[in-house]
Amino acid sequence: MNLTAIRAIYLFELARTWRTLFQSIFTPVLTTSLYFVVFGSAIGGRMHEVGGVPYGAFIIPGLMLLTILSESIANASFGIYLPRFTGTIYELLSAPVGVAETLIGYVGAAATKSIILALIILATARCFVPYHIVHPFWAVGFLLLITVSFCLLGFILGCWADGFEKLQVVPLMVVTPLTFLGGTFYSIDMLPEPWRTITLFNPIVYLVNGFRWAFYDIADVDIRISAGLIVAFLAVLIGVISWIFRTGWRLRS
Amino acid sequence: MSAAPPYVARVTNILSISGLSKTYEGGHQALKSVDLDIRRGEIFALLGPNGAGKTTLIGAVCGLVRPTAGTIMVDGEDARRNWRKARARIGLVPQELSTDMFEHVAHTVAFSRGLFGKRRDPAIVERVLRSLSLWDKRDAKIMQLSGGMKRRVLIAKALAHEPDILFLDEPSAGVDVELRREMWAMIGKLRDDGVTIILTTHYIEEAEEMADRIGVINKGEIILVEEKKALLATLGKAEAVVGLTEPLAEIPPGLADWPLALSDDRQTLTYTITAEEAEARGLAQLVKRLEAEGIDFRTLDTRRSSLEDIFVDLVEGSRGGSGA
Repeated sequence: MNLTAIRAIYLFELARTWRTLFQSIFTPVLTTSLYFVVFGSAIGGRMHEVGGVPYGAFIIPGLMLLTILSESIANASFGIYLPRFTGTIYELLSAPVGVAETLIGYVGAAATKSIILALIILATARCFVPYHIVHPFWAVGFLLLITVSFCLLGFILGCWADGFEKLQVVPLMVVTPLTFLGGTFYSIDMLPEPWRTITLFNPIVYLVNGFRWAFYDIADVDIRISAGLIVAFLAVLIGVISWIFRTGWRLRS
Repeated sequence: MSAAPPYVARVTNILSISGLSKTYEGGHQALKSVDLDIRRGEIFALLGPNGAGKTTLIGAVCGLVRPTAGTIMVDGEDARRNWRKARARIGLVPQELSTDMFEHVAHTVAFSRGLFGKRRDPAIVERVLRSLSLWDKRDAKIMQLSGGMKRRVLIAKALAHEPDILFLDEPSAGVDVELRREMWAMIGKLRDDGVTIILTTHYIEEAEEMADRIGVINKGEIILVEEKKALLATLGKAEAVVGLTEPLAEIPPGLADWPLALSDDRQTLTYTITAEEAEARGLAQLVKRLEAEGIDFRTLDTRRSSLEDIFVDLVEGSRGGSGA
């Protein structure tokens, strides 16, 4: 294992974040704060409690995930797509660096950014609503697993994309809609049939509910399914990435 | 044959390629069972027209291209099995000016060093940047640099991990004459420091100026590997064109065994010999013989064939198949 290379990639990627601090950190924090203002304070005041949790607090885990999912994908995909686009990938491919080092470096840096963002959002939420995390250990566990999974998904996207447009398609056209419709702002029990049943096919529902359960001990679905689904998702992504490196798909000729 | 260069005494090949083939998915065969040995400490120039397989060959050694068959040994390490050890020994300067344009020069060079598993060492980064006259630009963003400077940044990145073998893929592409000279001087300095250098080029002048040995690749096959001096001596030609005062009806019998050709207008004699023969039967002898035969001449032009002429001959297939 080339630990020096992991450190080099990780720090190089994080340095890019600090250089684009406004875009990387401030923008998502501002967007999430606006959600809190609109949904939490303005509309939330007129909403009933959901499962015994005030509406403003209820939406915190979902809002965190909304940002984590899109930022994880965006950061990890951009991290590997940029060297492919500029051609500097030659250096990574000619270096004594394997799958593990590449992944830990790129995905680790992207995940670090997402977790920093999540913590900033959590701290920002404190300015708008009071909350208490019931299962902090599980909250951290879900946060890590979900972040790493979506960073891996972003990495695959960054390998697959052959233009900046494709890089945008998955976060904007797939993940954001699924997150909005995945119970971020509501309990799926509020939905009439058949929408409730249909929603159960949206995998994001299980992520949001798993994370929300860690916060408030309430969930619309069995959280064992949530945990199992995340682990399975992670395993599939690692499998796909191993295949990419084994075959050199989109990387080596 | 010229005297053996000093490195031959050590007789070690730092890079051994055997049976290397690459067929791309579309069926294009870029390399056809290439065998090539690179000696420790030499400057080896790989010449070939566009699409000959130069970049594919470099890519296969450096890990950018997956070979279809063959083995590559980097100083005794199998580049496929012990790829980490093998790659750590090699630095690559690609043909394209692929840079992290938003990065600062020193930062990107330090990153390269880390990527190849070497500990952080600002002193080495500084030494590399100074040797390439980049130290003053260490805090500049790469996008602000000229093309020649960017090329030097790529060289600095390739040298940051102190490789034993440096691949330079078309180092002079898009570089002006002055910078090309500077680059040649720098490559010479690297060789003096013990770095083995393999460069691809289609500037014959570049190979002629710097290389110890020359390989010619065409259509995925190495058609010749030779010491540069020996190549020029055996395959190079010397030519003298004699402008006659009076037209000659035919070549006099006294000159029949000389390699002379009479032009159609009977006004010029062309004398062609190899560079080796030129030493034994040179121009002075020809002049004497012409005088002895009573042949007067007005002009005498001479030229020796350059590597370029040899290269064109080889690539046109007139001497194909001599192997590596």
